[in-house]
Amino acid sequence: MSSTNRTVVVTGVGATTPLGGDAASTWEALLAGRSGVRLLEEDWAADLPVRIAARIAVEPGTVIPRPHARKLDRSAQFALIAAREAWADAGFTAKAGEDPTVDPDRLGAVVASGIGGVTTLLDQYDVLREKGVRKVSPHTVPMLMPNGPAANVGLEVGARAGVHTPVSACASGAEAIGYAIEMIRTGRADVVVAGGTEASIHPLPIVAFGNMMAMSKNNEDPQGASRPFDTARNGFVMGEGAGAVVLESADHAARRGARVYAEAIGQGISADAHHITQPEPSGNGIAQALQNLVDATELKPAEIAHVNAHATSTPQGDVAELKALRKVFGHDVDHMAISATKSMTGHLLGGAGGVETVATVLALHHRLAPPTINLDSLDPEADGDIVRDKPRPLPAGTIAALNDSFGFGGHNVVLAFRTV
Amino acid sequence: MAATQEEIVEGLAEIVNEIAGIPTEDVLLEKSFTDDLDVDSLSMVEVVVAAEERFDVKIPDDDVKNLKTVGDAADYILKHQA
Repeated sequence: MSSTNRTVVVTGVGATTPLGGDAASTWEALLAGRSGVRLLEEDWAADLPVRIAARIAVEPGTVIPRPHARKLDRSAQFALIAAREAWADAGFTAKAGEDPTVDPDRLGAVVASGIGGVTTLLDQYDVLREKGVRKVSPHTVPMLMPNGPAANVGLEVGARAGVHTPVSACASGAEAIGYAIEMIRTGRADVVVAGGTEASIHPLPIVAFGNMMAMSKNNEDPQGASRPFDTARNGFVMGEGAGAVVLESADHAARRGARVYAEAIGQGISADAHHITQPEPSGNGIAQALQNLVDATELKPAEIAHVNAHATSTPQGDVAELKALRKVFGHDVDHMAISATKSMTGHLLGGAGGVETVATVLALHHRLAPPTINLDSLDPEADGDIVRDKPRPLPAGTIAALNDSFGFGGHNVVLAFRTV
Repeated sequence: MAATQEEIVEGLAEIVNEIAGIPTEDVLLEKSFTDDLDVDSLSMVEVVVAAEERFDVKIPDDDVKNLKTVGDAADYILKHQA
């Protein structure tokens, strides 16, 4: 392809989250301000310091037949469900080639998770120790490999232009979508299914994150535990699930008459080079990602009406993000309706960027910013217009929205979308 | 008490149903695991392990590649069961 700066649009959305088994029910719950966080009822959770999490609303076993599901890690099951929904939502009726409107050689899949098939890895190690060598599943390797969800989505839709898995902890899902935008923009593909997934509600990851002092231990009030920007916030709440979008060159979408949710303007990426897990407290690393976004794309700061913040409900991170927005956008921040949807979904780690991209795109499409719940006492250092209590209408005309995602390791990824 | 060929096929049918979701009545002697029953090379390992347990027989890895059909497996088990 000679063209290297093609316009990219979003033509399909899909999700399976703690709030609902698809994008529509998730969106409805976000607008209603419902929390997906619950007390964990499993026996293994009884004695843990953290006993809360946001479990998926619809178990994947009720959607994927057992012979297929048993060969997939839970994270791949989530990814497949979200990708199938996005694929159908984009108007495709079969896999590429069988549906003549999409060429498999021009179709990609980019799906990421932060941790990969961690429950498979740990469960199969238990099998090895308790039942012996012969009982370890021959499906273990394709189930635990971090590229498993991407590979399974690629198989499902018939993607031959490239299947990828960028890994950057909690920024993974967003980095996947950014990578997919670039594949189309630079001409490597016409259509890409992209998103993030995570399934790590298992005693080991919960204990490990808990021992880092990164998680809320507010077991007495599960639904109030994830409280971004509130003075009483004390860590994130783990969630599970996946979100996916179908990205497409604007020309390809127009040729097949596809419904377009939004334009995917592009991405800004940076790294903190500060600490392996602590966010850079002044927000300089995040600001660099925002500046890169502005420099590399046609995003107009005056058009940004909404930000789906990373805001995980940790004391340092939430404030650093707002400082970065102010640093780069100055007074333009005053007209940005900032939402922290993790207050409802919990933190889906590598799945967050996928689910929050779906939320950001739907916010533009419906011109409604979802609320941030549990914000009883706004942190005086939270310098921005946080959407509280109920959804806020977004203005008419051309507006843009950002989806921020940051990950352990100092990864900063910002995605930008615009109404069409 | 050694299993009869009929019992072995019945047992294999239940194993294939569990692993690949194929209805038990479709698991017949002449059916190929890969071509007819949706049992790929990884799932075949599961079938073999389940059959070893059920029929008290050892099926070394080198012999697995010769078990193309349900009939091949049933004959092997009939011959080698303890």
